[in-house]
Amino acid sequence: MKPFIKLSLCIAIGTLSFISPSDKKSTSGQRLKPDADNGGITLPQGFSAVTVTEESGKARHIVVNSNGDIFIKLSALKGGKGILLLRDKNNDGKADETQAFGDYIGTGIAISNGYLYTSSNQDVYRYKLVNGIPDEASKQTIVKGLPDKGQHESKSIALDGAGNLYVTVGAPSNVCQEKDRQKGSMGIDPCPLLEQHGGIWQFKADKLNQSQADGVRYATGLRNVVGLDWNKQTGELYAMQHGRDMFAAYFPELYPLPNGDDLPSEEFLLVKKGSDFGWPYCYYDHLQAKKLLNPEYGGDAKAIGRCAGKDLPIMGFPGHWAPNGLLIYSGNQFPERYKNGAFIAFHGSWNRGAKNQAGYLVAFVPLGKDGKPTGKYEVFANGFAGTDTPSPGGAKSRPMGLAQGPDGSLYITDSQKGKVWRVMYQK
Amino acid sequence: MKPFFLFVFLMPCFAFSQAKNSETPVTPNQLAKGKQVYENNCMVCHQETGDGVPGLNPPLVKTAWVLGDKTKLINVILKGLHEPIEINGERYNNIMPANDFLNDQEISDVLTFVRNSFGNKASAISAAEVKAEMAKK
Ligand code: HEC
Repeated sequence: MKPFIKLSLCIAIGTLSFISPSDKKSTSGQRLKPDADNGGITLPQGFSAVTVTEESGKARHIVVNSNGDIFIKLSALKGGKGILLLRDKNNDGKADETQAFGDYIGTGIAISNGYLYTSSNQDVYRYKLVNGIPDEASKQTIVKGLPDKGQHESKSIALDGAGNLYVTVGAPSNVCQEKDRQKGSMGIDPCPLLEQHGGIWQFKADKLNQSQADGVRYATGLRNVVGLDWNKQTGELYAMQHGRDMFAAYFPELYPLPNGDDLPSEEFLLVKKGSDFGWPYCYYDHLQAKKLLNPEYGGDAKAIGRCAGKDLPIMGFPGHWAPNGLLIYSGNQFPERYKNGAFIAFHGSWNRGAKNQAGYLVAFVPLGKDGKPTGKYEVFANGFAGTDTPSPGGAKSRPMGLAQGPDGSLYITDSQKGKVWRVMYQK
Repeated sequence: MKPFFLFVFLMPCFAFSQAKNSETPVTPNQLAKGKQVYENNCMVCHQETGDGVPGLNPPLVKTAWVLGDKTKLINVILKGLHEPIEINGERYNNIMPANDFLNDQEISDVLTFVRNSFGNKASAISAAEVKAEMAKK
């Protein structure tokens, strides 16, 4: 009897260890069949995409677990739930099982140290992952009571793997005017919103019930950051700043078209502890490569004034493209030049001229060993809007969140219907 | 559920606007002037098609605000709007600034334009009606 048990155990273990490597192969992008039309988007030579799902809901950020399971945070409840788990059981790249958790809306979602971290528009929570499933009974509040005044309310999150959690708190304002977004209203000086908004706060990743005051003000002068990621290679935080609105609409003499629609820049930021990027007093002009004074604070499209010494972005993008997703790619599936570079999901503009909306795309920026760009940005994935003259309401889809799968595939969410693409490279 | 609810909600508005329709005629000249005001002051947020920006700026297509009570609508322009609103199940989080730098005629023109564009059909809003609301401030 005993030897028999031993033998069957041995066979069982043998079978198990035989199954797992072949499992890994089947989740590898190189064996998946992409969609004939790449899910309706265009990609560089050698890349292809499969539609994971056509509709998941009002998708925001996304993360992929080491077993290939996909988690998505929603900005509107679906069947009363705000977090989705999509699973591809037969390894064809398409989700064939959906589970839902959490009764709150939000944006942030990340996995660290065996926990799923999620954010509402006020709090950050975490759940222990038990066999890959978030254990709802184990839900813990990590950060509570962050300000949410409606505008720029989403709280993006990133973890550094060294025990710290970074959370963005956007400013509920365009440019801290006495009357928000009102033509002719001047900027308040100093801007009182900066006390509790307009920055990134650092918290302990495993300490419960931290309030905003328990956190460290890591960076300031940030109007609204949605795309946020930790660069594992350099050990530094990266963020995408949404530049202010209304230049061309409210100051046509200072910002005449066509440049008026391209200013101010959307900023790609390398964030250091203590960084000040200048909002609301300053904006970045990538055409002049300068931080300049906002007209609400006395600027004239040329004056630098108090903006001298404010931290500069590592790259400026055309105005109003709305960068909502950032991923520093650490995978091995894509060609070498993509390694440690940045993918940026631009949601697409609304604050440009009527026939001039732009930026419904995913861009790539090559980064060097020092974490700085080694070249210009490239349009990586395009065609999301389904038209050459997109509008935010009419666009077929709008890129939102980015994630990297265990095999190095790139995942992209869309905010209109919650379409999800898995982008692969096939040699 | 939701679209049906909205429809029921809007029914009195349609009835209301139809009743008023005969009183104040909508002229092509006023619509042309209103379009100009719209393009200069509203389009950046509510877009060329009036369908707004998901999650940020609401659409002006057959909403209870656009087709409903005129005084309420006039005051959105005079005072702006910053309250959580939901249209067709979607929430909107930006701020509508006061447009009190527009005069009574311009507000009359733009609202009449909005109430007769983007698939909307409703009575004109006269400069006198706008003036009456301005006086209440
Ligand atoms: C800066 C952006 C902005 C501008 C400019 C703007 N609006 Fe709005 N508007 C909004 C937002 C945001 C709301 C919703 C506010 C809220 O949720 O409290 C709104 C609400 C409204 C509403 C009520 C809700 C609805 O969708 O029916 C109407 C009507 C309206 N706006 C008309 C106008 C008109 C007419 C103009 C031009 C004179 C204008 N708006 C200019 C942003 C703007």
